[in-house]
Amino acid sequence: MTESFASQPWLTMMTFAPLVGALFIMAARVVAKKDNDGAIVGAALEQLDRSAKIIALAFTVGTFAISLGVYALFDPSNGGFQLVEQYAWIGGGVSYKMGVDGISILFVLLTTFIMPICILASWDAIKNRVADYMIAFLVLETLMIGVFCALDLFLFYIFFEGSLIPMFLIIGVWGSKGTKAFAGFEMPSKVYAALKFFLYTLVGSLLLLIAMAWMYATAGTTDIVALQQFDFPVGAQKWLWFAFFASFAVKMPMWPVHTWLPDAHVQAPTAGSVVLAAILLKMGGYGFLRFSLPMFPDASMDFSPIVFALSIVAIIYTSLVALAQEDMKKLIAYSSVAHMGFVTMGIFTGTKQGIEGGLFQMLSHGFISGALFLCVGVVYDRMHTREIAAYGGLVHRMPLYAFLFLFFTLGNVGLPGTSGFVGEILAMTGAFKVNSWIAFFAAFGVILSAAYALRLYRQVIYGTIVNEALETIPDVDTRELGMLAVLMAFALYLGFNPGPALSVFSPSVDILMNNMGAALGSGL
Amino acid sequence: MEPFVVLLPLFGAMLAMPVGRAFGYRAAELLTTGLMLLAAIYSWVLFFDVALGGNARTITLFEWIGSGDFKADWAVRLDTLSAVMLVVVNSVSFLVHTYSMGYMKEYGEQSRFFAYLSLFTFAMLTLVTADNFLQLFFGWEGVGLASYLLIGFWFKKKSANDAAIKAFVVNRVGDFGFALGIMAVFYVFGSIEFDPVFEAIRNNAVVDPFGAVAAAPIQELRITFLGNDWHALTVIAVLLFIGAMGKSAQFLLHTWLPDAMEGPTPVSALIHAATMVTAGVFLVCRCSVMYEYAPNAAALVTVVGAVTAFFAATVGLLQDDIKKVVAYSTCSQLGYMFFAAGVGAYGAAMFHLFTHAFFKALLFLGSGAVIIAMHHEQDIKKMGGVKDILPLTHILMVIGTIAITGVGIPTVYLFGAPLGTAGFVSKDLVIEGAYAAAEGGRAFAMFAFVMGLLAAVMTAFYSWRLIFLTFWGKSRAPEEVRKHPHGVPDTMMAPLLPLALGALIAGMVFYGDFVGKNKEEFWNGSLYFSDAHHGEEKTADDHAAADDHGTSAHADDAHAEEADHGGGHHDIPKWVFWSPFIAMVFGTSAAALHYLRGDPLRPGLLRPGGMIYAFLKNKWYFDEIYDYIIVKPALRIGRFLWIDGDGKTIDAVGPDGIAATVAANAKRIVKLQSGYLYHYAFAMLIGIAVFVTFILVRAGG
Repeated sequence: MTESFASQPWLTMMTFAPLVGALFIMAARVVAKKDNDGAIVGAALEQLDRSAKIIALAFTVGTFAISLGVYALFDPSNGGFQLVEQYAWIGGGVSYKMGVDGISILFVLLTTFIMPICILASWDAIKNRVADYMIAFLVLETLMIGVFCALDLFLFYIFFEGSLIPMFLIIGVWGSKGTKAFAGFEMPSKVYAALKFFLYTLVGSLLLLIAMAWMYATAGTTDIVALQQFDFPVGAQKWLWFAFFASFAVKMPMWPVHTWLPDAHVQAPTAGSVVLAAILLKMGGYGFLRFSLPMFPDASMDFSPIVFALSIVAIIYTSLVALAQEDMKKLIAYSSVAHMGFVTMGIFTGTKQGIEGGLFQMLSHGFISGALFLCVGVVYDRMHTREIAAYGGLVHRMPLYAFLFLFFTLGNVGLPGTSGFVGEILAMTGAFKVNSWIAFFAAFGVILSAAYALRLYRQVIYGTIVNEALETIPDVDTRELGMLAVLMAFALYLGFNPGPALSVFSPSVDILMNNMGAALGSGL
Repeated sequence: MEPFVVLLPLFGAMLAMPVGRAFGYRAAELLTTGLMLLAAIYSWVLFFDVALGGNARTITLFEWIGSGDFKADWAVRLDTLSAVMLVVVNSVSFLVHTYSMGYMKEYGEQSRFFAYLSLFTFAMLTLVTADNFLQLFFGWEGVGLASYLLIGFWFKKKSANDAAIKAFVVNRVGDFGFALGIMAVFYVFGSIEFDPVFEAIRNNAVVDPFGAVAAAPIQELRITFLGNDWHALTVIAVLLFIGAMGKSAQFLLHTWLPDAMEGPTPVSALIHAATMVTAGVFLVCRCSVMYEYAPNAAALVTVVGAVTAFFAATVGLLQDDIKKVVAYSTCSQLGYMFFAAGVGAYGAAMFHLFTHAFFKALLFLGSGAVIIAMHHEQDIKKMGGVKDILPLTHILMVIGTIAITGVGIPTVYLFGAPLGTAGFVSKDLVIEGAYAAAEGGRAFAMFAFVMGLLAAVMTAFYSWRLIFLTFWGKSRAPEEVRKHPHGVPDTMMAPLLPLALGALIAGMVFYGDFVGKNKEEFWNGSLYFSDAHHGEEKTADDHAAADDHGTSAHADDAHAEEADHGGGHHDIPKWVFWSPFIAMVFGTSAAALHYLRGDPLRPGLLRPGGMIYAFLKNKWYFDEIYDYIIVKPALRIGRFLWIDGDGKTIDAVGPDGIAATVAANAKRIVKLQSGYLYHYAFAMLIGIAVFVTFILVRAGG
């Protein structure tokens, strides 16, 4: 019985459950009362918005429940792919294949966990086109889960590139107000941000597409497991590596292709920022571990100095830039780039500590940066400004908020006892093994993060209230407290006891390293 | 059971705010203080058991981090070194909690304050009871956090916020070194746990780190660090010491400590005098075996310690803020502890750490009473005559002063211990230890000895200057303050009494164990003593030998005894034993001559307007220099990279450039404004379509 229970297509059900929710919302719109022009207005619109929110919440929570079931069926001591499903699809070596291993399972859980929070964060903040907004988020969730579960390169590509579309819409449609002079005319800033996001990613995805076609032509399959075992000629590896790198580096984002991120974050609604920081950025790091390292091990090691250099520049450069920011979201966005620098640095060391540190850092950043963007959202919803200078002295009116914000600030600084520390120290330890210079420069990030994060905290929270509008600002309500408290619990728990996550990573990382070692002809 | 000695303060920290909200701040105070009392009693029990009973042990709770061989547990390591620290931390913390019940009455927000104090204590305890470098680092950063929160406790004040951030960031500069040190330890030893690491050094085990120059016994191993070939242990020891410099406010990384006086006075006593700032000394002592086999690193410790002792004392001469005088004095005394450790006199370093906790906490808490009574005035030039208002505080502060300046009778022994105050016993031992080490050929030990003596002169001067200006002479305070001083509650005075007792006798009582004849048995392997090095051991042997001659003996006799030992021992001339005493007398006399005759505020040798005066008054211009070469440029570079790097370069040639080209060629981009975003989403599908076509063509062909 358990055998047949476990062999159900759990991953497919989990992946597409949110899409079903999106269909429900569409159905609700179809049946909603319309006026003569076919538009939904007044009470009917309110009714629709409300049902859309409830459906979205129900389906994201349901998806989270399924993912917990998936996790229960998952055997963490086994480093290989599990719960594998494979169905004939396009044919010719391209099939629909899903599966999870220790590297992907926790990112699946992170996604399904963050999504209900995103829906809750949008509960009151989103006022126009609520049903469309919820559909966009549900579609996005399906695509993100798909990215982490796909075991076929083409399927991965669809999920990976497809996730751009709803995110693009979320920024472009529900982004904040304001205009920017650009290319000779005024355009809304949010459109500029969405366009920038789109252009960057487009370039990366075109290269990825070409590489994928070449790989398929050579290996005759897009099965990821088969491709990981396929020996691509060392010369070709280099080009393929660069093509994949271009795509993933944009997603991470790595310096110097990071400039879309601050704009995207600033313009996106709170939940958009949360999902961007917590999940979408992780797809790049995941891609490095799923494709670059196992499929192109020689090229990965050959080009690792470039990755180290870019990572170090990212850590120091963006930390310094963060020091100069005047917009809360921009500051946190730049700090995200710096933190992702630790991830790429760790992954490309090819060491156990480095890879596990990179993975852990991604997980931890999901909780901490997600929470930081929620924190910004809390005051933005009240004051409708993200400008640091507009705040100050919030601790007098919002003590609970001050406490929560302090915790996540410290997590961002990488204080031991928060999950932020574990990933950083492991990634740097891995880097030290390879070359102490890398760890030396990365460690500057440790100093700078304290400077910019505490500066932000001090200017927003401490001091006296100067802005009179803040005199009556209410503290966090139950909904906000609930979301932030759950994230805090995770960040704190994993800070003191990261074992549950590290032990899931470990067997799969061992397999990855063994395969790489075999391919490179020497152990690392 | 043992973990509770660490966890009790954590419970207090977590409960203080909720309990305070539910039952009032008094409940929070009593709860946290009560838990601290239990922890303090328990730590004395453990001290007798572990240090005096020889029952060293480690209790492992659960694994913290495990990634390959990079493993660290949450543990409570109980050996003599941690037991000594437990006693110091918990006792002083309990007394400071008690004191704060009175002190904070004037300020409010007690629940939050007590939560922070207990949180600090917890972090400090995890630091001292760590059995691996990573837990030590946890406590290390944890005390940094608590220090940040407490310095910035009055968060409405800009200066307090600035000081808090400065403390955290400067400490992070030190932690930069510490973290690299931990990585280097792992790289070299393949472990970050104390026992395997120290065991390997002691046994000179052969290690072969990945990428090292060659496999070699650890004591000779060379590794590549930052592109150069170095002695491995030296690299590690220096990196760890950079961390210690930050936490213990040593020369170059000291700038945060005086500013930290923005925090409430009990905080200054607990964190910035008795406990946290000594963590660096603890770290060096914990790794004593490493420093013994890294002589260049030890030499660096000696030099930095000696320079700090001297530098901080010079600045302390001209400070007018009562707390800043004591702060610079702390900085200077920490310097003594470091050079003691640097010359290999680890027992003396720990002993001075131990006695210093008593008299420095006493001086700070006494200053707090003065500040309260004087209506929050901190400028000693505006005081005078306070002894009539606070007679008991005056006596206690004088006790603290005779302890720190080192009043005692050299070469006279009572029951085998030198006769004098706590500071006399420990500081003289440090200075003599440096001399003995110099005789033994230890690098820079003679420099440390000279600096130590000069600092001793200045210590006596500024300490008595504080007493004379504050307590003696005519009052310079406004009439309102003079007539109606604020009352100092009993809860503030009571904790001073045990501290004063400790300041008087702790040196004599614990001499035999810490540095005297029982020391090997007492430290039980937790500090390194080798036959090759004779730091404080030598003087300690002298003194211990003196015990055989009854209650009183002279150094001469000790030397006779010493000669019997033979070997590489060098004689310490009699004048060395007298030198710290003479330095103290000299400094005290100078202070008395200046401040007890005529107008105490008249210019002295260093006249205002003179260069040396300005140099010292501005604390050697460190803040200005750092601001100019580090802080301002960092902000400027950040702004430059943002505007010119991201904006004018990357965006201009990257997305904006491409987008502008697109816009120029296809005016349809205007449609973006009308919300036709779906068109762009559609473009994504084209790529997919191309690929599917490709597959189908190939599969078909």
